[in-house]
Amino acid sequence: MAHITIDGQIVPFEAGQTVMEAAMAAGVYIPHLCHHPDFTPHGSCRQCTVTLKAGWNITACTARAAEGQEISNNTEELNLVRKRLTQMLFVEGNHFCPACEKTGNCQLQGVAYHLNMMSNHYPQFYALREVDATHPDILLDRNRCIFCNLCVRASHAEGKDVFAIAGRGINKHLVVNSESGKLIDSELTADDRAANICPTGALLVRGKAFQAPIGQRRYDHHDIEEVTLGGSHGG
Amino acid sequence: MESFIDETLKKYQHQTTPLLMVLRDVQAQYFHIPKQAVELIAKGLDIPRTQIVAVVEFYHFFSFEPRGRYDIFLSDSITDHMLGKKALADYLCTKLQTPLGTVRADGVVSIDNTACTGLCDQGPALLVNGYAIGQLSEQRIDRIVVLIEQNCPVTEWDSDLFEVYDNIQQPGLLLNTKLPRGAALTAAWQRGLTETLDDIKASGLRGRGGAGFTTAMKWASCRATEETERYVVCNADEGEPGTFKDRVLLNSYTHDIFEGMTICAAILGAHKGFVYLRGEYLHLFNKLNAVLEERRAAGLLGDNILGYGWKFDIEIRLGAGSYVCGESSALLESLEGKMGIPRNRPPSSIIKGYLAKPTVLNNVETFVAAAHIAWQGSEWFASCGTEKSKGTKILSICGDCERPGIYEYPFGTTLKEVLKDCGADDVLGVQVGGPSGTFVSTRESDGRLTFEELSTGGAFIIFNHSRNIFDIVQNFTHFFAEESCGFCTPCRVGTSLLKKQFDKIHSGHGSAGDIKELRDIAKLIKDTSHCGLGQSAAEPILTTLERYPNLYERQIKQQYSFDPVFDLDGSLAVARKMSGRDDGHAHLTQVEKK
Ligand SMILES: Cc1cc2nc3c(=O)[nH]c(=O)nc-3n(C[C@H](O)[C@H](O)[C@H](O)COP(=O)(O)O)c2cc1C
Ligand code: SF4
Ligand code: SF4
Ligand code: FES
Ligand code: FES
Repeated sequence: MAHITIDGQIVPFEAGQTVMEAAMAAGVYIPHLCHHPDFTPHGSCRQCTVTLKAGWNITACTARAAEGQEISNNTEELNLVRKRLTQMLFVEGNHFCPACEKTGNCQLQGVAYHLNMMSNHYPQFYALREVDATHPDILLDRNRCIFCNLCVRASHAEGKDVFAIAGRGINKHLVVNSESGKLIDSELTADDRAANICPTGALLVRGKAFQAPIGQRRYDHHDIEEVTLGGSHGG
Repeated sequence: MESFIDETLKKYQHQTTPLLMVLRDVQAQYFHIPKQAVELIAKGLDIPRTQIVAVVEFYHFFSFEPRGRYDIFLSDSITDHMLGKKALADYLCTKLQTPLGTVRADGVVSIDNTACTGLCDQGPALLVNGYAIGQLSEQRIDRIVVLIEQNCPVTEWDSDLFEVYDNIQQPGLLLNTKLPRGAALTAAWQRGLTETLDDIKASGLRGRGGAGFTTAMKWASCRATEETERYVVCNADEGEPGTFKDRVLLNSYTHDIFEGMTICAAILGAHKGFVYLRGEYLHLFNKLNAVLEERRAAGLLGDNILGYGWKFDIEIRLGAGSYVCGESSALLESLEGKMGIPRNRPPSSIIKGYLAKPTVLNNVETFVAAAHIAWQGSEWFASCGTEKSKGTKILSICGDCERPGIYEYPFGTTLKEVLKDCGADDVLGVQVGGPSGTFVSTRESDGRLTFEELSTGGAFIIFNHSRNIFDIVQNFTHFFAEESCGFCTPCRVGTSLLKKQFDKIHSGHGSAGDIKELRDIAKLIKDTSHCGLGQSAAEPILTTLERYPNLYERQIKQQYSFDPVFDLDGSLAVARKMSGRDDGHAHLTQVEKK
C-alpha cells in the first residue's frame, strides 16, 4: 500500500486521501480546528500546518497524501507555530473561558492545553462582537467565534444556509440568514447539525450549559489528542 | 426600488455570477446598498441573502451605510504620499468641510481612503463616484469643490479633469509594433492552432502577472482536460500598488489583448472569455466595450470568427475594490459573484476554474505578448531577453525620478540602466514588484530584471534619500492589513498584529524585545498563510530588517526592558476624574527600567 511518513512513522494512505485523513486513520494526531471528517476541507485555521522534507509547509487537511512524502508534524518548531496561531485566535475574539457555558467542552481550549499555552502572548484586540440571544433554543455569542466555517458548511449541507462569514480582514464576522439578521427569524432549529457543530462556545444549544464541573470536563484529564483519536469528536 | 432591481437583474439576465455588477449599479443609484435591495436581489436570483451581505461587506466600494452623492476615495499609495497627498487631502477635506472617513451631514459628499488607483505616474489621485481624477493640485481641487457645491452631476464635469495619460516613455519590442487587426488570428489559423501553441512554447513566454508560470504549459494542460466547456480569463485587476502598465495596455493596445484572448480560446476550445477589470479602472469600461463591439462587427468575435467557424465572445466584468481579487482563484470567486477568497489547491484553476470548468487565466500583458508571438513568430520574441526570461517586460516606473511612466525592457536589463533612463540620480532604493516585492538598495543596482533575479509584475517605485524607509514600510504594512481577505488566521490576525507592532516601534515606543517579536510575527505570517497575499505581506518588514537592521535598532528605547502597547497612565484618566484624585498613587509610569 502506498504510504507517507509522519515524523518517521509509516502512514499508509488510499488514493485521494488527504494527509489529515491518512494520519487520523493511522492514529497520528495533527492539531486542527477547522477540519471535520464529515465536511469538505476548509484550510483556514492553519493549525494543521506540517512541513514537507522539501522544506515548505502544507496544511494537512487540504493537501493530498502523495507517495513517499516525508512529513514533520509533532516538532517543537511546529508546535510553537500552532501555539502562536491559537494565541492569535484568543486575542482576536473575547474568550472568558472560566465563565463560558461550553464548560471546557471546547476544542479551542483543548488545543490550547495540548500546546501548553500559558498566556495570550499577543495584545488583546478587545473587539466589539454582537451576541444574538433571540432564539429560544440556541445562543450565538460571536465573541467566541474563530471562523472555522463549520456551522456554515453544516447548514449548507442541510440545505438551509443559515450562516455565512462576511466582511474582510480583521472585521470578519458571522452573519445569519434572516431578514432581521437575527437567529430567531432564521430557519435554524436546535436539532440542526449546524447548531451543534461549533468547536467553541460560539454557537450553543440552550439547556446544555455548565454541564460538567471544573475537574470533570472533557479536556481536564484527557488531552485533545486522545479525545480526537478516540473518536468522540466534539460536536 | 422594485422596478429598478428588476431592471438591473434583467440587464444581467438574472445570472448570479455578475452579482458585483448588479451591486455596483445599486450602489451607484442609491449611494449605498439598501437592505430592501438585498432582499429583492436574493429573491430575484434565488441565492441566500447572506451571500449578498458577505459580498457587500467584502469589497471597498460597497456600503450598507449611505455614502455621499459625491463619493470620494483618495488614493493612498506611497507614491500619492510622495506627491503631496496628505496636504492635498487636508485641503480637500477642509474645503468640503468633510473630515476624512466621514459623510457630510447633508449627505452630499463623503471622503475616504482607498488603495492605489493605478495613477502613480500622474498622482495624487482620487476617485469620484468611481471615476479617476489624477494630477491633483489645489487648483484642480478648487474646481472639483465648485462642481460639487453646484450640484453638477459627475457626468457633466469637464473631461480634462478625467484625462488619464498613457505616458509611454520608452517603447520596445511590443509597444513599438502595431498589430494589424486580425493579423495574429489569421496567422494562427494559417499556421494551425497546435503549431501556434508550439510557437508560444518555443517563444519561452512566461506569465507577466508576477508568478512567471510558462504560458504554453498552462494552455496545453487546459486544452488536455476532458471537459467540453472551458473559459479564458484576462486578469486586469492590476492591484499591486505602483503598477499601471495594464492600464496603458487596456487603453491603447486593447485589440492586442482581445486578439490574444481569442487565440487562446481557439487553442483551448473555449467559447467565452472574461476581462476582470479592477473597479478603479471604471474609466476604461465603456472604451473596452466599444472595442468589443467593433470587433464583433468586424467578425473578429462572435459566432464565426473570420469565417473559420470558431465561436467566441468576451465580457467585461468590473471588480469593486479588493487587492486580493488579483490572485487568480480569488478572482474567479469574484467573477462568480462571491467574496474574493483564494481557493484551496489542488485542483488548480486550469482543471477547475470558473464555475469549476477548466480555465486559463493570464495577465493582460501575457495576452498581448501571445498575440504578437502568434503573428510574428517565436524567434522574433525570443531574440531578446535571457535564457530563462525571454522577451521584454513592461515596467511602470514611478516615484522619485524625472520621467515616470511606461518603459519596456528586454529581460536582463540592469537596475542601473533603468534608473539612468528615467532620470533618477538620487536613489535610496527601489521597491521592485510593489509592496509584495523587494526593497532593493543602490548597492544592488547591478541586479538584473529577470524572473530569477529581480522579478516584478511591473511595479518599480523609486525613493530618493529624503524618503524615510519607515514611512514606506508602514504604508505597505497597513495596506496588507487592510487588504487581507481574512480567511486564514495568520494573515487575518497576523497582519493586524504586525501593523500594531510596527507602529509601536515606529512611534518610538519599542523596547528591547520588540524587534524580535516583529520578526517572529512576520515569519509566522509568511510561513503559514493560505495565499500569496499573506505570504508576502511581511516582506517589506523582513527585507528592510535584513538590509537596515541599524535603522530598527535606533528606533528602540534601549533603556527600557518593556513598554506596554497602550498608555497605562492615560487609561487611568477616567478613574482619576471619577474619584477626584490626582495624587502620586493615582498615576502609573509607562515603562519599566532595565
Ligand atoms: C495577492 C495577489 C494579487 C495578485 N494580483 C494580480 C494582478 O493584479 N494582476 C495579475 O495579472 N496577477 C496578479 N496576481 C498573480 C495571479 O495570481 C496570477 O498568477 C496571474 O494573473 C497569472 O497570469 P500570468 O501567468 O499571465 O502572469 C496576484 C497574485 C496575488 C497572490
Ligand atoms: S460560530 Fe462556531 S462553528 Fe460557526 S464559524 Fe464560528 S466558531 Fe466556527
Ligand atoms: S493569506 Fe490573507 S489574503 Fe490570503 S487567504 Fe489568507 S487571509 Fe486571505
Ligand atoms: S485544520 Fe487544516 S487549516 Fe484548519
Ligand atoms: S471555552 Fe472556548 S469558547 Fe468557551
